[in-house]
Amino acid sequence: MLKNKTIGSVMVVGGGITGMQSALDLADAGYFVYLVERTGAIGGAMAQLDKTFPTNDCSM
Amino acid sequence: MTLCEVTDVAGSAGDFTVTVKENPRYVDMDKCIACGECATKCPKKVDDEYNASTGKRKAVYVKYAQAVPLKYQIDAEACIWLNKPGRCGACAKICPAGAINFDDTEKTHNINVGAVVLAPGFESFDPTGTEVFGYGEYPNVITAMQLERYLSASGPTEGHLVRPSDGKPVRKVAFLQCVGSRDENLCGNGYCSSVCCMYAIKEAVIAKDHVPGLATSIFYMDMRTHGKEFDEYYTRARKESGVRFVRCRVNGVEPQGDEGDLRLHYVNEKGQQIEEYFDMVVLSVGLQTPKHVLDLAKKADIRLTPHNFAAVSDFAPVSTSQAGIFTCGAFAGPKDIPQSVMEGSAAAAAAADILAPARNELTQEKTFPPERDILGEELRIGVFVCHCGSNIAGYVDVEDVANYADTLPGVAHVERNLFTCSQDTQELMVKVIKENQLNRIVVAACTPRTHEPLFHETIKAAGLNEYLFEMANIRNQNSWVHTGDKKAATQKAKDLTRMAVAKVAWQGPLQNFAVPITRNTLVIGGGLAGLAAAHNLARQGFPVDLVERSSVLGGNAIHLHNTWSGEHIPQRMYGLIKDVRNDDLITIHMETEVVEAEGYVGNFITTLRNKNNEKRSIEHGVTIVATGGTRLMPDEYGYRDHKEVVSAIEFDKLYEIRDKQVSSSNSFVFIQCVGSRDVDRNYCSKVCCTHSVQSAIELKKENPKRRIYILYRDMRTYSQRESLYKKAREMGVIFINYELHGKPKVNKVDGSFEVEVWDHVLHRPLLIPADMIILATAIIPNNGAKKLAQLYKVPLDNFGFFQEAHAKLRPVDFATEGLFVAGMAHYPKPVEESIAQALAASARAATLLSKKQVTLDGIKAQVDPDFCDGCALCVDVCPYHAITLIESKDDQGESHNLVEVNLAHCKGCGLCQGTCPKRGISVAGFTFKQLESQIEAALAV
Repeated sequence: MLKNKTIGSVMVVGGGITGMQSALDLADAGYFVYLVERTGAIGGAMAQLDKTFPTNDCSM
Repeated sequence: MTLCEVTDVAGSAGDFTVTVKENPRYVDMDKCIACGECATKCPKKVDDEYNASTGKRKAVYVKYAQAVPLKYQIDAEACIWLNKPGRCGACAKICPAGAINFDDTEKTHNINVGAVVLAPGFESFDPTGTEVFGYGEYPNVITAMQLERYLSASGPTEGHLVRPSDGKPVRKVAFLQCVGSRDENLCGNGYCSSVCCMYAIKEAVIAKDHVPGLATSIFYMDMRTHGKEFDEYYTRARKESGVRFVRCRVNGVEPQGDEGDLRLHYVNEKGQQIEEYFDMVVLSVGLQTPKHVLDLAKKADIRLTPHNFAAVSDFAPVSTSQAGIFTCGAFAGPKDIPQSVMEGSAAAAAAADILAPARNELTQEKTFPPERDILGEELRIGVFVCHCGSNIAGYVDVEDVANYADTLPGVAHVERNLFTCSQDTQELMVKVIKENQLNRIVVAACTPRTHEPLFHETIKAAGLNEYLFEMANIRNQNSWVHTGDKKAATQKAKDLTRMAVAKVAWQGPLQNFAVPITRNTLVIGGGLAGLAAAHNLARQGFPVDLVERSSVLGGNAIHLHNTWSGEHIPQRMYGLIKDVRNDDLITIHMETEVVEAEGYVGNFITTLRNKNNEKRSIEHGVTIVATGGTRLMPDEYGYRDHKEVVSAIEFDKLYEIRDKQVSSSNSFVFIQCVGSRDVDRNYCSKVCCTHSVQSAIELKKENPKRRIYILYRDMRTYSQRESLYKKAREMGVIFINYELHGKPKVNKVDGSFEVEVWDHVLHRPLLIPADMIILATAIIPNNGAKKLAQLYKVPLDNFGFFQEAHAKLRPVDFATEGLFVAGMAHYPKPVEESIAQALAASARAATLLSKKQVTLDGIKAQVDPDFCDGCALCVDVCPYHAITLIESKDDQGESHNLVEVNLAHCKGCGLCQGTCPKRGISVAGFTFKQLESQIEAALAV
């Protein structure tokens, strides 16, 4: 099981919609988050989409 | 941390050291002001990945206009200087900030963390070199992502759908499904990518909006629209938008003439060989795990499935094979946005499970500058008019609107922005507000529903009270709906802006206020989702009250056999039930129902009633609705009349107890979609295709001589379940497709049964002798859902399932704060998706429970004692019971009736204001003066 030491931070690898949601929920619940993104900006594949079903909201 | 890659993961759960390599950006992030001068001067053009290579970008670039962080970067492979120092350097010469740094180097960081969440995503299958559909050879064969970019206002053609070969408008487009999915031969991707059917429909519908008269055809094998509201969208696409659906596999795409036209040949549903011409072909490419993610998996030493996705248990859908390393999104199997978002939250819950002791140890609160007192200042309104790329600017003369705004009374400053929501514009807004001493802000852009909170933060950062703000929705309510009339749309944008300016002029500062949070959760429903949510919350250290209506915990799941991947469900359920029972932080209320509910986020009071009619009240900060679903009792196929016709769950029981009825039968006919995807219930129950295929495999395994038929509408063995479908076919299970208008018939002839169905391959009716007929019956909402929805004032969808706040981005939240939904109460779903949603609800709940207090906004009803005469009409209409009648004494000591508002209960809906005959009550931010000014401005043309 766990050792005595538990670090109150999390690394989230990937800055797409999934990683961002995870990072936000962790940060809001009191954990320090390192969000690691391979490319030059976060957003992932969803940022490439024009509109999304069913609300036709722009994906931004 | 951008441009970063994980190179090593060492340590164990609770204490990892992760090595991260940061690649050089060659642009100093602190200096770059994202003016774009560098990219203007850069002579080197390369394919733009963001636009899926439909357009070009420079060697120095930003990924996209709204990129976060909005900082340029240099593509080292393409850059002339970095390859031959001294040769170019145009960007460094022009950069006004001196941000270009060719000497930038790779850096290594060692980071100590308690847990790792892997959300590395997917890549689209690249059809280059497959030769089958001519991608890469014929320019008018493109991928779905490329079409997405052509349709986008920020894409290479600004949303105009033209042919890549000659720029001519497109008239007729074909979508080919399952390219790089469900295909072992082409690419080895035997699984279903789960999302392509839905995105193809969406793209076909949107393309038709862009090009009036456009003909769109989707060539598919099975239409897998199994998500919430997906089948309704599919029906609308077919019936209202006129998208054509053709069930067949296209044999090939060939050029027709030398103008760029394309010829498709396929065998249609009547068995005829058809040739058809299109001017564009879109390949619905599947999702797969990229090479760099496979490397990452190796470094983190986590196990993968044969399809190269992260291996997980259905009972721990976000936990990898390494303790303390979690996964979410498409890395654990192809999935859509809502499911990915749910898993993002679920991974947060799973990580918090092990990190709870260290919560709040490393974080600090965000601070804002002190608020400027604007009392006594003259009106200085700032107006920011947004282009929204071409979403607004394409249909509205934005410059004209901005010039007009400058003439409005009280307006001190006007700006135009390409994207007002982008990070650089936020920084610009703060600067402009400070420099010009603005004291009211109007943003003429999109909807406050999605963007108001962002702008509130921005003006707070500029030292203004966040409520000194108004949005004019010149996009959703204007440019999007008046695409055909630029002049009128521009006029309407001016009107909306004038109204917003008039209203904000009377806006004063409002204060948010904080209320303490009860750190206890009420979970309603003791099925799989409820148990999973309660268990995780308790593991995070939060107390839970779990309410179950029946006398057993476990819900539907204890009646199921195996998950799709073969895990034994009852065994895992008993483990979970035991853990929940033994947890001191969880109080279980069996045979108990919710009878009354009141309160608001952080402070709910729910009254429970047990079987002895005893009532008790529970105080709780959040509520999780996990009331599950139930199965439909069908009226069709002789179910109620014959013992040979059974539902899938009943069949499982008979099979499990080795009932003679099963063991003596030789011919089994499964009928899918019984009550699902029907006229009254146009949704997919999601689990039944997989369930029937699993049963069929079991039967065949036991005795290969058995004849097994599955009559289906579309086989929806999505994601990696496809392997089961393949296995069943290989074992000799016969799959026969039927359509809604040609449902199978069950006939009893001389004491034995036969099922009659039209065979689309043989083109004649089939008569199948059947010993047992197994119905895949629909999953319907539980009968208590409606009452519960009324008690907590949360909405249900058309079919009686609970309606989440946002289909994509808030799949477990209700619109009302502090309430969450999980499991089949939301929509039919299999075990692992129910657990993921339950964990997600737990994570979302923890974001509230981990705080000591909750902040409520300042948009609340306020009473004007000079006008209120205590008639109490507002008391009756208030849906939140926020208003009470009190007696108050005036200066002379005379007593008057007066109403009083409980600010914590008030949601600012304004019903009281609309009802009050005396102007005695109004909502802050929507006062009579503000609304009057707005209306006067609307009429003053």
